[in-house]
Amino acid sequence: MHDSQATTGPATTQVTTLEHEAHNPALLHHFADAQQQKDAASLGMWLFLVTEIMFFGGMFCAYLVYRLAHFNAFAAGSQQLSIALGATNTAVLIISSVTVVLAVKAAEAGKRRVLVSYLVVTVLLGMTFLVIKGFEYREKFEKHHVPGPTFKFTDTFDDNGKQIPVNAKEAELFFSLYFAMTGMHALHMIIGCGLFSGLAVLAWKGRYSPGYFTPIENAGLYWHLVDIIWIYLFPLLYLISRHS
Amino acid sequence: MASRVIPANQAPAPKLNYLNNGHSLKSWLLTTDHKRIAVLYLISVTTFFFLGGFFAMLIRLELLTPQGDLMQADTYNKVFTMHGMIMVFFFLIPVVPAVLGNFLVPLMIGAKDLAFPRINLLSWYLYIIGGILITHVMLTGGVDTGWTFYSPFSTEYTNTKIVEAGLAVFVAGFSSIFTGLNFIVTIHRMRAPGLTWSRLPLFIWANYATSLIMILGTPVVAITIVLVAVERLFHLGIFDPRLGGDPLLFQHLFWFYSHPAVYIMILPSMGVVSELIGCFSRKRIFGYKFVALSSIAIAVIGFLVWAHHMFVAGISLYAAMIFSFLTFFVGVPSAVKVFNWTATLYKGSITYATPMLYAFGFIGLFTIGGLTGLFLATLGIDVHVTDTYFVVAHFHYVMVGGVLMGYLGGMHFWWPKISGRMYPEAWAKLSALFVFVGFNLTFFPQFILGYVGMPRRYWQYPPEFQVLNVLSTAGASVLAVGYLLPMIYFLWSLRYGPIAEANPWNAAGLEWKTASPPPTFNFDETPVVTWEAYNYDEIPDKELEAPVAR
Repeated sequence: MHDSQATTGPATTQVTTLEHEAHNPALLHHFADAQQQKDAASLGMWLFLVTEIMFFGGMFCAYLVYRLAHFNAFAAGSQQLSIALGATNTAVLIISSVTVVLAVKAAEAGKRRVLVSYLVVTVLLGMTFLVIKGFEYREKFEKHHVPGPTFKFTDTFDDNGKQIPVNAKEAELFFSLYFAMTGMHALHMIIGCGLFSGLAVLAWKGRYSPGYFTPIENAGLYWHLVDIIWIYLFPLLYLISRHS
Repeated sequence: MASRVIPANQAPAPKLNYLNNGHSLKSWLLTTDHKRIAVLYLISVTTFFFLGGFFAMLIRLELLTPQGDLMQADTYNKVFTMHGMIMVFFFLIPVVPAVLGNFLVPLMIGAKDLAFPRINLLSWYLYIIGGILITHVMLTGGVDTGWTFYSPFSTEYTNTKIVEAGLAVFVAGFSSIFTGLNFIVTIHRMRAPGLTWSRLPLFIWANYATSLIMILGTPVVAITIVLVAVERLFHLGIFDPRLGGDPLLFQHLFWFYSHPAVYIMILPSMGVVSELIGCFSRKRIFGYKFVALSSIAIAVIGFLVWAHHMFVAGISLYAAMIFSFLTFFVGVPSAVKVFNWTATLYKGSITYATPMLYAFGFIGLFTIGGLTGLFLATLGIDVHVTDTYFVVAHFHYVMVGGVLMGYLGGMHFWWPKISGRMYPEAWAKLSALFVFVGFNLTFFPQFILGYVGMPRRYWQYPPEFQVLNVLSTAGASVLAVGYLLPMIYFLWSLRYGPIAEANPWNAAGLEWKTASPPPTFNFDETPVVTWEAYNYDEIPDKELEAPVAR
């Protein structure tokens, strides 16, 4: 850790105000130097991502248990999802992850305009994802696949035309989990879009420099995690029951 | 010795410290100083403690007589639910980390503040928002599921405010996540030069282990509560067996957090006790490394025992056997601590100051609580005493006998550092006695009650149980006096207590090397650590040392 660091902090005798050190406005008063601050922020972000994994982990656990218990219903429910839209969304998210990486790289190089444009593109890609997701949800409403009093589900056929007998209640459980998991994921996407919009404004104002771009890096980590969760959701919900 | 304490009226103009650095309400409510946030937490958790205590008194009053005469069955359900929810989520979980941990973690590691001071403030606000929500629930009808939210009762049948109470717990949970995250980063990244992991005070190790549980466990209970709320609001069937859902899954997810939550409560108190035992027997803690690593071991193994709450819920016998074994296993690191504290006492120069009395109380009561936990881990006995007062007595011995004893010991020990004043020792000893006697009188009869078959969560009982219930209620009254006394004399000491010097206990630890109360940025110069923790053999006895200026 920073055991090796010397006591580089200024000798603060009788500190009375919370003003930051004059030489570096981004360095908060309680850190010895910028490196320590950066290390702390990135460790903090990684720990936050761990809590996110545990948060989604609860739902993945429920999915696993119920999929094992009601395999046919889950397979049939899965047939009803649109692979085309899901795959498009997966592609959109992967591309957005690339633009995030490019944004971090631009920040590191101190290219303000490039940074801002990559941040904006990322937000646009995130919104594209949400719009497509909205179309998917609308389709579920139209087909009465939204859990609740209006839910309807009849026997379906797998890819070979074989009929799968399905308990509608169990299929409803599949869609409950579908909406809970993708809804929670979409909420994270919305938060991410807000976050990146804010960063774009601050970047435009020139807040970040090659010496200080930790917020861009950490927001990028968050975005990647939200992507990775989708990378798991897509096969679990859309793909793995479609064996032929 | 006489010069150690300066009478209040002759004190020189006080040095600028965190308490007198700004007096406006804004300077408190928008502070990012970890010490001020600790004081904010102190005020708020104390408020919730007395609120939860009020419900406890209602329970004990109702159980004074066999018939249900004070309240209806439904009201009683709400009363014990509110007691549980407030005490667990708004007192026991935050109390030691958020008050003592917040105050001490940066001081003990020689840092100016926690790594994320604004997130620290945010976590207090989240706690307050959660607290307002639970108070709102309490005032507008309450909840009657017990603090455990078991489905399908919570999702299908009850018409009380489950969603609102769930939201309160959810928000308070994020307060706890942020505290844990802040502590881990601070302990990793902010230690003073020379303060290696093997030189850290055991209180820091304990809070580190606690923080691991907070960040790994709390999100799971958060999503579980979200699923319960979603199921109620939108009539989904996630835990509803009629729709293919599984109520047992709820119990698994709930206890995956809520059992480790018990270790969130007890571990920081164990850390406090390590500090107290070291200081008041003037010895390095015996087997320092084992005590430090036992905290981590408790955090890790504590995640693998949750299903022992479900032995009679219908899990498979083989799963039950494994969880029974693992529950015995988690007793090992706890026992390591108890044995090592006892070994530290051996040939130590023991002083019976108030904090040490609480530490002794902790060891005794926690041992009883822990050992009865092993009874409950035994499958046959558990079937016999599940949902009886035996269980109630067991977890109160751990949570009240353990957590509260450690907390009160710590509050007395660090009160001079927090307030800059000494508390009145004689009154403090008296209240420690009240707490110990009152506690045992309240909860020991409940072991017997449970063993002979009195179920928990009933507002009536057969007349033959009355004697033990009267004893328990009498004990609760003594205990209440024991808790009110410190409240009074701590407040009294703020104005009239003798002014404390920097290190009134002649204790090791960086927090004692700065003024009492500490300046806003804790240390005038960042300390450089070249010594091991608890180097009491290198600290000269107080009497031999020349009096030093504060």
